[in-house]
Amino acid sequence: MEFKDYYATLGVERTATQDEVKRAYRKLARKYHPDVSKEPNAEARFKNVAEAHEALIDPERRAAYDDIARRQASGQPFEPPPGWDSGFEFSGRGGDGRAGSPDADFSDFFESLFGRGGGPRGGPGGPGRGREDMRRGGGSARPEQGGDHHAKVSIDLLDSYQGARRTMTLRMPVEDGQGRLMLQERQLEVTIPKGVREGQHLRLAAQGAPGHGGAAAGDLYLEIQFLPHPLYRLNGRDVIFDLPVSPWEAALGATVTAPTPEGPVQLGVPAGSSQGRKLRLKGKGLPGNPPGDLYAVLFIVLPAAATEAQRAAYQALAQAFADHEPRASLNG
Amino acid sequence: MDEPQHTALSGVVVEEHVFFTFTALCRASGADAAQLQAMVGEGLIAPTMSSGAAGAGRYSADSPADWQFSGDALPRARTALRLTRDLELPLSGAALVMDLLAEIESLRSRLRTAGRLP
Repeated sequence: MEFKDYYATLGVERTATQDEVKRAYRKLARKYHPDVSKEPNAEARFKNVAEAHEALIDPERRAAYDDIARRQASGQPFEPPPGWDSGFEFSGRGGDGRAGSPDADFSDFFESLFGRGGGPRGGPGGPGRGREDMRRGGGSARPEQGGDHHAKVSIDLLDSYQGARRTMTLRMPVEDGQGRLMLQERQLEVTIPKGVREGQHLRLAAQGAPGHGGAAAGDLYLEIQFLPHPLYRLNGRDVIFDLPVSPWEAALGATVTAPTPEGPVQLGVPAGSSQGRKLRLKGKGLPGNPPGDLYAVLFIVLPAAATEAQRAAYQALAQAFADHEPRASLNG
Repeated sequence: MDEPQHTALSGVVVEEHVFFTFTALCRASGADAAQLQAMVGEGLIAPTMSSGAAGAGRYSADSPADWQFSGDALPRARTALRLTRDLELPLSGAALVMDLLAEIESLRSRLRTAGRLP
């Protein structure tokens, strides 16, 4: 198990006051919170920051951590308390391993020191860790529906055009015959419906935590994320891409071969097109009712005059457009 | 650990095909009843209709049991919970952040639509 330097994560000294720890956490939380941040790996960074804060802001936990850290520094290998690996976690992972649960629990390191379900996140109403533990620990005989779980799944643009199947591996806690919690791995083959959009959620009924006392299982929710595409951008159901054209294609009109997510098409560029003109391919965006549109945004590529003949061609252009004043708008 | 079970499933798009009762939204979002009522009070999520009341399309503020929410209430409630918890914001602050995030997203979408600029 990896030792975690929580002080380094928060960027504070080991002698930092609780106020300094809190300040450092707040600053980093604003920077990396996955709901507000566009930083790369914001989610993983935030998780580390939140974990470090959780460990250091509580004086008792901080003292225990400092003790472990001192022993670590003096060369003794970090040895977790017995049974550290008996915990469980819930994590949804796509077949490609790129998706993870947003409410994933803290690291094994944290849980080996402080157990599970501690801290404000496990408190009543907190959507995160610890809820299941508390319910199980209660020993209530009252039937209770299992908790709902959340995970993320990454798909490609084409998966939304065509529909797709994703195999996900979920690790879920289940009780064995003796009432102990065991991790059970389940594979789900999930059909991703056609036309699903970035940020939407899929509900898989009864795939969350098992119910108690004969009650129904909870549901599993999957948040859809699109992997970035080198050509296409998304705006709701509309799909947008840049279409490079030469100046004469834009000026004189042309029929060009353009890529679309469903294969190349012949696209007419109208004469007199200017930079940034949008050509709409109606209904060729993401499927739906109504389907989105596909937009080609013209991007005029000016070739360099490399040869004598090419320089002559530009000179001929200059003569033909002797009256053209590109800076007319600057002259008031 | 047992042999993995293999189950084939179809997902339902929450934002398009799912409605939540008050208790179902509590369970799915992880919010408790008081938090969810506060979100309704803040206008962060709005019941679309009341299944029990006579006036269709209107909801009664004092009978959450009758409330029904459209699917997009789930991600909104979860985002609000994360923001209040992780950034220690009051609900009104989370609502402001979410409004600003929506505005940023609409500006970003205009940039994406405009295409590459020279």
